[in-house]
Amino acid sequence: MQIENAPILTIQHPESGDHAATGQSVVASGVWQVHTLSRRGVLKGITRTLAALKHKDTLAWDLSGIERLDHIGAQMFWNAWGKKRPAQLMLDPRQEELFNRIEQASGLSLARHRSSPLQWIIVLGAGILNFFEHLKAFIGLIGLVVQDLGRFIRSPRTGPWREISANIYHSGFQALGITALVGFLIGVVLSYLSAQQLKMFGGDIYLVNILGMSVVRELGPLLAAILVAGRSGSSITAQLGVMRVTEELDAMLVMGISHGYRLIMPKVVALAISMPLLVVWTDAMALIGGMVSAKVELGLAARYFLQSLPEAVPVVNYNIGLLKGATFGVLIALVACHFGLRIKANTESLGRGTTTSVVTAITVVIVADAVYAIIFSGVGF
Amino acid sequence: MPDVKRTPQRLNLRPDEEVGAPVVEIRKLWTRFGRTVIHQDLNLDIYDGEILTIVGGSGTGKTVLLRQMLGLERPSQGCVKVFGEDISEATPEQLQDMRNHWGMLFQQGALYSALTVFENIAFPMRELRALPEDVIRDAVLLKMDMVGLGPEHANKMPSDLSGGMVKRAALARALALEPRLLFLDEPTAGLDPDLSDAFVALIQTLHRELKLTVVMVTHDLDTLFALSSRIAVLAEKHVLAVGPSCDVLRVDHPFIKHFFLGPRGQRALEVLEERQARDDMESEN
Repeated sequence: MQIENAPILTIQHPESGDHAATGQSVVASGVWQVHTLSRRGVLKGITRTLAALKHKDTLAWDLSGIERLDHIGAQMFWNAWGKKRPAQLMLDPRQEELFNRIEQASGLSLARHRSSPLQWIIVLGAGILNFFEHLKAFIGLIGLVVQDLGRFIRSPRTGPWREISANIYHSGFQALGITALVGFLIGVVLSYLSAQQLKMFGGDIYLVNILGMSVVRELGPLLAAILVAGRSGSSITAQLGVMRVTEELDAMLVMGISHGYRLIMPKVVALAISMPLLVVWTDAMALIGGMVSAKVELGLAARYFLQSLPEAVPVVNYNIGLLKGATFGVLIALVACHFGLRIKANTESLGRGTTTSVVTAITVVIVADAVYAIIFSGVGF
Repeated sequence: MPDVKRTPQRLNLRPDEEVGAPVVEIRKLWTRFGRTVIHQDLNLDIYDGEILTIVGGSGTGKTVLLRQMLGLERPSQGCVKVFGEDISEATPEQLQDMRNHWGMLFQQGALYSALTVFENIAFPMRELRALPEDVIRDAVLLKMDMVGLGPEHANKMPSDLSGGMVKRAALARALALEPRLLFLDEPTAGLDPDLSDAFVALIQTLHRELKLTVVMVTHDLDTLFALSSRIAVLAEKHVLAVGPSCDVLRVDHPFIKHFFLGPRGQRALEVLEERQARDDMESEN
């Protein structure tokens, strides 16, 4: 790149004996282009000089000595002149064109949007309306899935088997590794902590009860659900969102293929199937983790652990865990699809939608877990 | 390396006017994707003030070549010099300096979808962290006016714009920092004929007003003949011919014959000849 001359403003004072009418004159030289202006420190000096010269109508301006001038450089002068041509101005023919352009565009102004003093009420109202709108759309989505399920049951042979199987693979099989790791570690930690407390009053053997009940009834389903909400929930939302951005959703509608039947119902069914299986898997891993830790910490034999587990945990708890798993799976899929379908065709909406989807899915799962805790408060002890 | 049967370069004409050193200089460029060779020993010079159009069939690497000039992709071999600097060896500061001196119009516009039209155009100016906000505001409105977007569109989001307006807004953004070199990737693709003509006229005006050097990739023969001062034909993995359109058309090669002189090309050519005849008449008068 060539080295360019910095933009310079020189103020010339009238020589003595000059004509009385001629005041100061300003001579500009150098390269007045955005690149030279934006160099460090250049603009500050120029802005200061120009500001000092503002509103001095008697000044004579000579820009003909400028090597190169661009729109941004010209705009600097134009703003210093108070958006009109000064009375005494010397320009090159090329610069003339630039200033004609700017003069033409200077009448344009941006529309300001005014904010009302009751803005907070508007925001609050919009928030509440937005919530009810989400609720309505979500209920609508549940209805849609039920209808599609009816259609699927009536004619199972033409159903979206392939999509269901693919979704089970993605949301179930591929989640085995992460759920195993997290389940095992939580089992180890829980068992270790409980053993510390139980040792104090010699209740070592009750470790199986504590661990078994908490893992099978609560922690297994909840851990699996939170992991799946983070993994599959976000991917479902993002997938649907990208399909909106690339107009694939519209393409499906145009072909007469319903989103509900091909995209949403298979995901809901797949998660309803794979989540209980993941719950069993997570339960098993957490119990194995607990067993290992119990062996190390309390010297509790694995054989004893396994033998006393059925007595400590009535089988109904296991069934409650499975039911929770299936419910959480359905909820995660529905929430993810709900937010996925509402994504607009821009990148910001995609990012925000995915975040909201995961946060909402996890919240909904925990709320549902609390509801189950109340419903089954007298069962399984 | 499999030996490819190639015809040597048939035509290599520089612009008619006196030209200085080339703005873009491509020397012995090779591009490979896996085992596929896209460019083999490709040479091309682009001179100050011209509008050079790169044409070629699908998959001949036109867009790849454009991306290599912008430093978005690295050639496997050879060098690309822009403003006299080798782009793959430039320091980050030099690269930044180059980037402030060129503008690119992407095929789909590539407007930032989270920003309004105004913010999109103001973005490169604000990024300099030097210009005062009132100058930026006026400069953005000026740029919008230049590409024919009224101030009422300033606060719209890109998703609310029609295809033609997206192109205009993207062009305004490409011009934001007064580039010397403007890259256009399929500038008229996806526009209706009227809009496409208007866009061609717009680029012509801007080229004249801002003394731009324009590098363009296009399939549209109307745009091609209307705008280009020179054409570079990419075929057989190199630049088969480069020169003013009338000279390129005379080159005897199956691809050129097919591309320009097929039924599609004939129509565009008639328009060109008509215009040339008109220009000749005007110059005689």
